[in-house]
Amino acid sequence: MTMTQKILAAKSGLRRVEAGQLIEAELDMVLGSDVTSPVAISEFENAGLSKVFSKEKIALVMDHFTPNKDIKAAEQCKKVREFAKKHEIANFFDVGEMGVEHVLLPEKGLVKAGDCVVGADSHTCTYGALGAFSTGVGSTDMAFAMATGKAWFKVPEAIRVALKGRMSENVSGKDVVLHLIGKIGVDGALYKSLEFVGDGVLHLSIEDRFTIANMVVEAGAKNGIFPVDDKAAAYMKTAGAGAYDVFEADAGAEYCGEVAIDLPNVRRTVAFPHLPENTRPVDEIKEKIMIDQVVIGSCTNGHYSDLEIAARVLKGEKTAVRCIIIPATQKIYLEAVKNGLVEIFVNAGAIVSTPTCGPCLGGHMGILAAGEKAVSTTNRNFVGRMGHPKSEVFLSSPYTAALAAVNGFIGGAI
Amino acid sequence: MKLNGKAHKYGDNVDTDVIIPARYLNTSNPDELKIHCMEDIDADFAGKVHDGDIIVGGRNFGCGSSREHAPIAIKASGVSCVVAKSFARIFYRNAINIGLPIVESPLAVDEIKDGDTVGVDFENGKITVNDKSFDIAPFPKAIQEIIKAGGLLKSIH
Repeated sequence: MTMTQKILAAKSGLRRVEAGQLIEAELDMVLGSDVTSPVAISEFENAGLSKVFSKEKIALVMDHFTPNKDIKAAEQCKKVREFAKKHEIANFFDVGEMGVEHVLLPEKGLVKAGDCVVGADSHTCTYGALGAFSTGVGSTDMAFAMATGKAWFKVPEAIRVALKGRMSENVSGKDVVLHLIGKIGVDGALYKSLEFVGDGVLHLSIEDRFTIANMVVEAGAKNGIFPVDDKAAAYMKTAGAGAYDVFEADAGAEYCGEVAIDLPNVRRTVAFPHLPENTRPVDEIKEKIMIDQVVIGSCTNGHYSDLEIAARVLKGEKTAVRCIIIPATQKIYLEAVKNGLVEIFVNAGAIVSTPTCGPCLGGHMGILAAGEKAVSTTNRNFVGRMGHPKSEVFLSSPYTAALAAVNGFIGGAI
Repeated sequence: MKLNGKAHKYGDNVDTDVIIPARYLNTSNPDELKIHCMEDIDADFAGKVHDGDIIVGGRNFGCGSSREHAPIAIKASGVSCVVAKSFARIFYRNAINIGLPIVESPLAVDEIKDGDTVGVDFENGKITVNDKSFDIAPFPKAIQEIIKAGGLLKSIH
């Protein structure tokens, strides 16, 4: 069995599972946001359900349209707040405690290796970086999970992604995952697991792994998963995650495909509008593309290390375009203040926002007008994703985005 | 279940952001969502869709966000079924969970043109269009049970 299949077998009480088999698995965490939880709560209540399966294993994070962007958003949060109070949900994160959910949950030690996690948010796959099986579902699945602590899954087959060597300077996990999506396409891993293996994994920081696992859904994958090594163990220890189970793929595990990536050969990469698979190495973009805005943040790239990279580029510089920087959690925000990153950003003419998903999904805090172009460290560049349907989003790493903020353009390679 | 409706055809990778843009996700009211259904890919959709119509898509229909608002908006628009070459997995789950019929058939999608009248017969496993007929695979048993129960939550009892 693959690593994913072994977790699913354990969680469904079976000795063995096979690709394609439908199973019902026990869940260790169920997640929802201020956008998806209200629908789940309505479903839960309309079905006449009165009790949640666990007060500790449900996390409700008010991060998408918060601080409330308008009256309707405020009403949605109110509904979730009241539900959390009524059912004594221990992990309810409101403004002041909340952060972008997929950075917040690992930071709080709420997800760990060997867990089976569902979240009503497609980027729930992020926790695969720690060796968990985690995947996005919809609100009805979330309601069912809150009531029963279970979810049904079709056991996925897996593509083995062999990473070799070390990344070059200024290349990051974001460039690796954009490169991968460019290679296999936005449905290249549809319904499948992406299992990352090889010596290259050891050289990746835990943040780089979070970024890579976060975006596997942009290749259609059900989940992405990394082996549990010393770096993952150290991260979970710091986060206070407690005891966890380490699963490893069997030596004879069957894979439906194999992708090899030599990390030293991965170059800085940008995904052009309007699909994450429209990738081009930065040094091949001959034309100079003038931009209007840069966003650095999100569940993909709002980690402290991402802000550090941006600060190194922006120190002593002035941004040529609007630049919005969003630490993903309060902890990261505070560290950025303490260590002088915020001062560097403000002096460079950037703004620093409270944690929110806001601009990534065109919600608030940096919407684009018709004809505007943005370079963003977020995860999707679909039509209208960050604002007007005639605006354009170029996805990149924090390094590439910060450089674009200073230059006012991307491309122009000689 | 037998359905018959006019096709609204789109290409590959129809994502949930174009099905229902996030700027409207500050509500989950189906009647409000349907006004903006398909707005960023087909601005006239809400005005021209009729009860029973069928949405036809290419590969990876419903990719992107997990928002259940997407199949909710489609269902509230009166659309009876979505036929595509393949579906993104979360959209697939969500559609089944809320009772929006969906079916995969690459061959039927290649045949169907925008505006064609399409028949979908789930009982006999057939899609018919322009005097041609295409076989469709039945859902796995566990999924049929969810559908039969009237949705995932009803299957709890």
